[in-house]
Amino acid sequence: MAKQPQKSKAPAKSRAAKSKSAGDASANAAPSDDPDFILHSLQQEFEEQKRFNASPEQMLEFYEQMLLIRRFEEKAGQLYGLGLIGGFCHLYIGQEAVAIGLQSALDGDKDSVITGYRDHGHMLAYGIDPKVIMAELTGREAGISKGKGGSMHMFSTEHKFYGGHGIVGAQVALGGGLALAHKYNEDGGLCLAYFGDGAANQGQVYETFNMASLWNLPIVFVVEDNQYAMGTSTKRSSAETRFYRRGTSFRIPGMEVNGMDVLEVRAAAEVAFKHVREGKGPVLMECNTYRYRGHSMSDPAKYRTREEVQEQRDFHDPIEGLKKTLIEGGKTEEDLKAIDKGIRKVVAEAADFAENSPEPAPSELYTDVLVESY
Amino acid sequence: MGIELKMPALSPTMEQGTLAKWLKAEGDTIEPGDIIAEIETDKATMEFEAIDEGVLSKIMIAEGTEDVAVGTVIAMMSGEGDDADDASTPEPAPAATAEPASTPAPAPKPAAQKPAPAGPTHDPEIPEGTSFTSTAVREALRDGMAEEMRRDERVFVMGEEVAEYQGAYKVTQGLLDEFGPKRVIDTPITEYGFAGIGTGAAMGGLRPIVEFMTFNFAMQAIDHIINSAAKTNYMSGGQMRCPIVFRGPNGAASRVGAQHSQNYGPWYASVPGLIVIAPYDSSDAKGLMKAAIRSEDPVVFLENELVYGRSFDVPDIDDHVLPIGKARIMREGSDVTIVSYSIGVGLALEAAEELAGEGIDAEVIDLRTLRPLDKQAVLTSLAKTNRLVVAEEGWPTCSIASEIQALCMEEGFDDLDAPVLRVCNEDVPLPYAANLEELALIDASSIVEAAKKVCYAD
Repeated sequence: MAKQPQKSKAPAKSRAAKSKSAGDASANAAPSDDPDFILHSLQQEFEEQKRFNASPEQMLEFYEQMLLIRRFEEKAGQLYGLGLIGGFCHLYIGQEAVAIGLQSALDGDKDSVITGYRDHGHMLAYGIDPKVIMAELTGREAGISKGKGGSMHMFSTEHKFYGGHGIVGAQVALGGGLALAHKYNEDGGLCLAYFGDGAANQGQVYETFNMASLWNLPIVFVVEDNQYAMGTSTKRSSAETRFYRRGTSFRIPGMEVNGMDVLEVRAAAEVAFKHVREGKGPVLMECNTYRYRGHSMSDPAKYRTREEVQEQRDFHDPIEGLKKTLIEGGKTEEDLKAIDKGIRKVVAEAADFAENSPEPAPSELYTDVLVESY
Repeated sequence: MGIELKMPALSPTMEQGTLAKWLKAEGDTIEPGDIIAEIETDKATMEFEAIDEGVLSKIMIAEGTEDVAVGTVIAMMSGEGDDADDASTPEPAPAATAEPASTPAPAPKPAAQKPAPAGPTHDPEIPEGTSFTSTAVREALRDGMAEEMRRDERVFVMGEEVAEYQGAYKVTQGLLDEFGPKRVIDTPITEYGFAGIGTGAAMGGLRPIVEFMTFNFAMQAIDHIINSAAKTNYMSGGQMRCPIVFRGPNGAASRVGAQHSQNYGPWYASVPGLIVIAPYDSSDAKGLMKAAIRSEDPVVFLENELVYGRSFDVPDIDDHVLPIGKARIMREGSDVTIVSYSIGVGLALEAAEELAGEGIDAEVIDLRTLRPLDKQAVLTSLAKTNRLVVAEEGWPTCSIASEIQALCMEEGFDDLDAPVLRVCNEDVPLPYAANLEELALIDASSIVEAAKKVCYAD
């Protein structure tokens, strides 16, 4: 049975050197006196109602969704170890609250999402069948990309999920394009563009910030700061590790969010999405989170101590945290165990499906290179 | 029920490793996520994490054991006593073997043949009595874009100086006035960023035309052209399209030095998933621009600054759209074929005139599209003349010219009466000094010389 760690109030990231919250600096200035009010206004609004007031049903749904990602990724890790999944495989374990907190707040009919290669969780957050995702990981015909994309290259245009991109930071500029399309079509949608603390140092991110702000594009940039850019810690790779501040030069308001708390992420999403939908332009949100596994399956993660990982698991785990809240709200261990059992079954079935589905037909080698014939 | 724990692989290529350390002992309770053991290869160490809960009942392989084959049972775990009904729950993965049976044997070679290309259609007939208007290439390009923008609301243009400045080379002149700033968008000087934004907009359902002031600057954006635009349809199994046109001047201009003078035709033409067009005259520029905008595939449209101001006849017809992937015979001849594209076509025609004076009847083929290449047009002409020269304003190494040479060797060998020669720029960065620049670039006389050589005319 699972441990019941005491959830500490400390944020995921040690913030000794950056204890000030975004709003502190000019929190006392009235908006009318402060030309830079916009840059911290969202953080102030967020601080006022920092946790989303979820109904019991919503909370249970978040719990189930996060647990599905956790169990799916554990299974993916296992299939990788068995040689059924090849190449690069980046697991989302530990970061579940970010995708669920944000994507639960989207308008599924209008909004678009784009992310990098650590994309399994974002797809599962849409409720996409775990079978077709797992079958893509094993490179089978039934996979969502017919087995031709793999772990890093998955898409569901039906859900307005635009990938799944393997080049670090490329999804940020592409997300800017999706946002441009929302604005151009006047469809009322926004784009949610995720990237990591590593991608945050790519130049095209700032090229995109500039144009997104200049053109007032409906986009929420989300830095999933999982503390390590591949094997290099943020403090060794980033001159400014308060990533939410990096929009300041482009007059993009920043938000700093505990990405290990799904209710906090959801509350932040509400504030950010409202701002964007009101036509006020882009938002930059930093979600502090932690990946328990290596950068990819082939990374043994020797650049950090086991104690550091254990500390996150014991005191900041997003699923255990919500579990505690659920139990306080009247759920029993047995209720939650039954949920876990059901999810394990779904995941086991997905793995079974992914293992037993046929590989793509050889003729698929030549399809989909071009849409048209010339 | 017992669960077998098997030696995991750190990567699909790993076959064996060392069981470095057990972190759990027999009898220990295990929860999902617990680290059970450490596995090592010569390259890395991996923690072996538990997926299931239960009790570690027996360790089969002692720590420190080397060369443990992947898939070997290293320990047994018993499930929780209260989980007896788990027996009805499928547990395929932990019980799965890592033997080849679970990994389908790779097919030696695809059994299916590569599908034959659809075969390019011919240029539409121009009705008899059609009038023609002499039009500069830059205006023909603009007219093509404007017509498509009138036809399809999703089409828009973005790039540096395309709107208020009316285009650095005036190719977008007048578009802002007609279509407004929503559809004619001035970007900052930020090629990587706006190429990505354009590509994302295409993925999101729009039809962007992204202008690079010159293709030299597109090197900053080549990642999006290739990794984001060209590969996405394939990687998504045909789910996500990227109908976009990247256009701008390509190749050497005049006295602008090495960094501003390069032909990227061969670069882009080597990438599956892209269409690459490089027209010469105004009619082709307009007709192929319209086709490029309508294409569902990403198109790299290579123009030439030195040709922008030249005027050629364009037929006065309502919807002048030309087929992509179809070469054009610019001049019929029987003695030797000169294959070229873009600015090289003008030089090839000049050379053909000169050759005619010397009694050699040259056929000139304008490839127009570099990818997919109209192989049939080249081979048909070769079968007629049995001699072929490629004229290309660009470096010789790994060029379109080398591609045509390979094609003639592989598929036209029996028709060859002489080796195929390429006439390209010198294999050096383009110099600034006027005399050196002239020496580095191709010209009509070197084409004449090569043609005579393959005709053994000297």
